[in-house]
Amino acid sequence: MAENNQKLNEIGLSKSDYKGKPSTLCLGCGHNAIVAQVIAACYEMNIPPESLVKVSGIGCSSKAPTYFMERSFGFNGLHGRMPSLATGALFGDTSLIGIGISGDGDTASIGMGQFKHVTRRNLPMLYIVANNGVYGLTKGQFSATAEEGLALKKQGQNRYVPVDIVWEAIAGRASFVARSFSGDPQQLKSLIKAGIHHKGIAVIDVISPCVTFNNQDESFHSYAWGKSHEVALHELSFVPPVRAIKVQYAQGETLEVPLYDGTHIILKKLAQDYEPTNRAKALQMLEEANDRNELITGLIYINPKQKSLFDLYDLPETPLNRLAADQLRPSPESLEEINQLMY
Amino acid sequence: MAETIKTVKPAQRRLSGVNEFSINIGTANGSGSQTANLTLLRAIFKMGVPVSGKNIFPSNIQGLPTWYKIRVSQAGYAGRRQEADIVVAMNPDTFTEDQNDLVEGGLFLYDEDIKDPFDRDDMILVAMPIKKLLREAQPHKDLRKFVANMVYVGVLANLLGIEMEPIEQALEFHFKGKRSPIEFNLKVIQLAAQWAEENLDLDTPFRIEPRDLTDNAILVDGNTAGALGSIYGGMHFVSWYPITPATSLPEAMLEYAPKLRVDPETGKQTYVIIQAEDELAALGMVVGAGWAGLRAMTATSGPGLSLMAEYTSLAYFAEIPLVIWVVQRVGPSTGLPTRTAQGDINLSYYLGQGDAQHILLIPGTVGECFEFGWKALDLAEKYQTPVFVLSDLDLGKNQWMAEPFEYPDQPIERGKILWEEDLEKIKEDWGRYKDIDGDFIPYRTVPGNRHPNGAYFTRGTGHDEYANYSEHPQEWEKNLCRIKNKVDSSSTETPKPVVKKQRGAKNGLIAFGSTDSAVTEALDYLKQDGVKLDYLRLRAMPPAPEVLDFIRKHKKVYVVENNRDGQMHSILSLELPEKAADMTSLAHIDGLPLNAEWIRESILQEENL
Repeated sequence: MAENNQKLNEIGLSKSDYKGKPSTLCLGCGHNAIVAQVIAACYEMNIPPESLVKVSGIGCSSKAPTYFMERSFGFNGLHGRMPSLATGALFGDTSLIGIGISGDGDTASIGMGQFKHVTRRNLPMLYIVANNGVYGLTKGQFSATAEEGLALKKQGQNRYVPVDIVWEAIAGRASFVARSFSGDPQQLKSLIKAGIHHKGIAVIDVISPCVTFNNQDESFHSYAWGKSHEVALHELSFVPPVRAIKVQYAQGETLEVPLYDGTHIILKKLAQDYEPTNRAKALQMLEEANDRNELITGLIYINPKQKSLFDLYDLPETPLNRLAADQLRPSPESLEEINQLMY
Repeated sequence: MAETIKTVKPAQRRLSGVNEFSINIGTANGSGSQTANLTLLRAIFKMGVPVSGKNIFPSNIQGLPTWYKIRVSQAGYAGRRQEADIVVAMNPDTFTEDQNDLVEGGLFLYDEDIKDPFDRDDMILVAMPIKKLLREAQPHKDLRKFVANMVYVGVLANLLGIEMEPIEQALEFHFKGKRSPIEFNLKVIQLAAQWAEENLDLDTPFRIEPRDLTDNAILVDGNTAGALGSIYGGMHFVSWYPITPATSLPEAMLEYAPKLRVDPETGKQTYVIIQAEDELAALGMVVGAGWAGLRAMTATSGPGLSLMAEYTSLAYFAEIPLVIWVVQRVGPSTGLPTRTAQGDINLSYYLGQGDAQHILLIPGTVGECFEFGWKALDLAEKYQTPVFVLSDLDLGKNQWMAEPFEYPDQPIERGKILWEEDLEKIKEDWGRYKDIDGDFIPYRTVPGNRHPNGAYFTRGTGHDEYANYSEHPQEWEKNLCRIKNKVDSSSTETPKPVVKKQRGAKNGLIAFGSTDSAVTEALDYLKQDGVKLDYLRLRAMPPAPEVLDFIRKHKKVYVVENNRDGQMHSILSLELPEKAADMTSLAHIDGLPLNAEWIRESILQEENL
């Protein structure tokens, strides 16, 4: 229940109603900042915790669902297998909001197959990758997103070129792909909100430094590097439905992206003249930014019209998991007809 | 010392005659022979004579040898016979081999264009002028390859006395009423029958005489039966990945569910079927769905089951209901993908890291495939755990005659699920893993439950009764032991064994699954040999008390199974170590269904007869 001295949102809940168990991650871990923005976004969006489902794989990142929204169902599943778990679970009641938290090892190494297929199927859920380029729970091995040449204490130099999760998601036909930085709470929160409203898979690759194993100033996944190399595509704000809001952006420099449910994402263009609805251009932009050694953040690709997985099945209004038993068993007469066919 | 090998006189030789014989048909894969074979099978069935068919096929789409074995048996035997009374040789590649299985004086039908020599001189030869008859029939050139096999249907129809009317009915069924292929195939059959009538004058005892023994029977394969049983069992969610020989189970669901599982009021579908990217994902989706309160299932075979170990272990420990159909093929490794075995008993029973032991249901008939289809979903939700249904290629892919499917005699069992109104009534905190009723089965809620106390956090890591993370030694052990007790307690609720006793029998035989037909036949012969055995057909694991009683009460018990190591024999020996010395393993694996003759001979040797 809400405490009296805390501000309540429109459904009468305080921010503490969105909290989880105390974090057991390292102090200063980028993942804690992600957790804070998930809580803030859900609180501000007036989401009843009971109508949200949290899923994750294995790793430091995948522990995160324990640390937010204790009143939501959660499932900390298997390493790299969160997408399949989420697919089955969300069919139970398609009105539920799904939030998956994964890591770079969980998504880009052991889980690459399931990641590509869940983006292809466009399962409606928010898929956050807390990306730090390193394996934390096993104490500091390179992940598939670690940059070539990175040196880690016990590992020496990384020989291999990295996987770019944003690139993979766009190529995998995800309908919403963004990148953010755990040190940029405002942008991250706006992207989380937009991702939750998006009807389809919303992948957010969040560069989230590991303070224990991978936070050297020169590392791609460090706070220092992120702060100095981040290039935001746009200032971004998410507009909830119905409400009239005052947008502060100058005329002629903003782009509105309407989502299916009447909400909008408003992007204020910064340096580039970039529209996030063209897949080929998105990939080209990523490639060019890579050559310039820039960390592009913001909404990189969106297709609000792509059919979601749920659109492909003609399901009843009543959630499948609430159908009465007699709705699940065909009649005795139908079995007589079936017996006639068995020949 | 060399073993004394006794020559045992085959018992099955006595079986040749009217409505009691076998046909082996050797063709090349992909030549349309399946249509011809099923036409013969269905026509004989329509004449009221019990019949079964076994497809011994290669792992190939076109070209490799394939055999179809039809067993006509008024006595009702459906097991595989090694020898055949009639051989149809259409494939030059296996022409010599195909002669080996023919009984002395048997009928050998072959394509006259095959000029290979004959190995024996005791066969009645029928050279079929396939090319000539096809020229007369004038098929479209695209069809020629596929209708050649209809020639042996026509010749056999004439020789055996199969009428044209049931043949036409069989074609009607096969081509779903499409006139053009029905008429064309029938034309070839009639031309061939006419040629046989005019040119052959043979005196053989093999005849089909009409009976009324199939009037109330159905003809179906186990995978279709299992799919239908699951549909009537209220399955909500199926995720699967193609693998021989399990694929036809989900495919049968795709065929029948759209007709049977559409809500009459809303017109909406009450189920979801997804073809996953692999078996890891297939079972992952099923685990997610089972967790979210859906009756969820998959179907696979050995290699797929290996990939499902990881998620099975999670489902077992996190107590998530789901059903896995294992349609067994021959391992290790890729093995013989299109041949049958009972080799994944151990893998299924113990699947998963750490301690694990699962509920297995083992259907022995197509009727039981249907029945266990719905029962497995009930048991999974009742015990909140994975339930394995162990079928095999022989049962799953071949056509078996059976009683019509029986409508479930129990309502759908959803187990201990708490919804909002249930939680309102509970004053104190409920714990997801708390054994409130003292039956080892806790209560669960499912996502979508909007009660503020409804949610809990599921994990594959250690947890206490309230599902909180825990590494506490006593909590760990208590929880794991409760799960074992829970699974063990299912043994009084799962399908009981079927026991057939013989007066005066001191020894017993235990078998399970698709070997039932061969065992039943073998026991009949053994009786004539003077060997009396009580027979227990195991239908579930962990073993019911009746199974252990049976073993205790018999001096010696044979455990018959289609694998190398005698896997069930080992498990039963562990369950009842004090009787282990009295159990004898009769295990055999060569890719083919066990046959009565092998079982009989093995037991005669053991009994020193």
